Amino acid sequence: MSLLDKHEAYRQAYQTIRDAGADPFNVHFEAVLSPSEGVLNGKPTILLGANNYLGLTFDPSCIEASSAAVHAHGTGTTGSRIANGSFDGHLELEAAIARFYGRKHAMTFTTGYQANLGLLSTLVGRGDHLFLDADSHASLYDGARLGHAEVIRFRHNDPDDLRKRLERLKGAPGKRLVVTEGIYSMLGDGAPLKEFVDVKREMDAYLLVDEAHSLGVLGEKGRGLAEALDVEADVDVIVGTFSKSLGAVGGYCVSDMEGFEVLRVVCRPYMFTASLPPSVVASTLQALHLVETQPELRARLTSNAQRLYEGLKNLGFQVGPQCNPIVAVAVADQPLAIKVWRALLDAGVYLNLALPPATPDSRPLLRSSISAAHTDAQVDQVLAIFAEVGQTFGMISGSARQRARG
Amino acid sequence: MRNDQIESVTDLTVRLIGRTATQVMQRNVDVTAESNIGQDLGIDSLTLMNIVMELEDVFELSIPLDRLADVETVGDLAALINELRART
Repeated sequence: MSLLDKHEAYRQAYQTIRDAGADPFNVHFEAVLSPSEGVLNGKPTILLGANNYLGLTFDPSCIEASSAAVHAHGTGTTGSRIANGSFDGHLELEAAIARFYGRKHAMTFTTGYQANLGLLSTLVGRGDHLFLDADSHASLYDGARLGHAEVIRFRHNDPDDLRKRLERLKGAPGKRLVVTEGIYSMLGDGAPLKEFVDVKREMDAYLLVDEAHSLGVLGEKGRGLAEALDVEADVDVIVGTFSKSLGAVGGYCVSDMEGFEVLRVVCRPYMFTASLPPSVVASTLQALHLVETQPELRARLTSNAQRLYEGLKNLGFQVGPQCNPIVAVAVADQPLAIKVWRALLDAGVYLNLALPPATPDSRPLLRSSISAAHTDAQVDQVLAIFAEVGQTFGMISGSARQRARG
Repeated sequence: MRNDQIESVTDLTVRLIGRTATQVMQRNVDVTAESNIGQDLGIDSLTLMNIVMELEDVFELSIPLDRLADVETVGDLAALINELRART
């Protein structure tokens, strides 16, 4: 008997995947050459699952800022902001994010996961109600569990379903917080924020939007879906991460909420973990500066996303409902998904194999995330490999492939 | 209420849980009050949440997710639903 026996079902499920010839959760890159290319099993591989939307991980100015900061301020803060104090960079970064969003307050966290843990467990508490979109990221579910509010799920991207569930609690005491994401991480679909805002106003609730996958991606200024749909004034709290478009690690939230600063002494995932190291703060500040000053990065990302999304669709693959930098191809069943994922990898394309229950509708997905750093040639190479592999495994017909070429 | 009446309320709830699970999982799910949701029925945590979301509509009530922590069997779930119904 082992302490870990309770996980036997998961161990077996994982073993089944590995027996099928793939270990998608344990891929080892021997080298990362650029935002769009790595080395795997000695072979150059196109990185198509990295969430590196603007390709800033190798930006010379970000690297320079990060390197100067590590020399000036050391490798780490060795403690939390409340115990070890804040460095200049922390305050500068929070001011920069607040300014970028045009909000009164900003607060940074050590990861995006912790930002969601922290906010969902403290914005609402005992006697309050938290309404989570059914397809919410694990960090939102975990944040909901860490707090003491009553948690109700509503159907994914369905404002009428949300309204119905809010109405059921009419008259019950406590506040209501509705949680949605900007772009959903699995299918790349965006939330109908205008309609959610209507419901929120009507039912006197608060609204939190997680823009993890939409910061730097959507909106004229790159602030995300709320900006793109012109509903920022009705979003009470925006959370996000530095780990995708900004190419580092860390989380943040912004708000105009009165009394915001109390979060710094009640939010445990903020209080009891070491703060972001100076090098990360510095590269993030520079990356945010690039988002503000180089809108062409966003234009390039959008055009790459269209090239990949339309390309896969024309080949006959079943893609998500909207064209965004996350492009997911649905696969009929898990054994096939594993084989196709492996074949793509062998052919030089790395993307994410997403398996139920982490996917909507219990369907396996081949999930890619395109970057502004991908060249047209790389996207075309990806499409050619997809065509070859998709035909080999009977996912698409040869004629679809011909059509796409013609 | 007599004991056999209490029994029948539970039976009805169990039957509706079975019907809802069948609908959500798109396969026939035979349930009794004793069925263990994970081990006997092979229902994972996400599927259970989807079944619960459907049950909220069937019974027109809110079933907070945090209350599922103590639910192991279909009977546990039926008892929770009946308790929440009594409250409203």
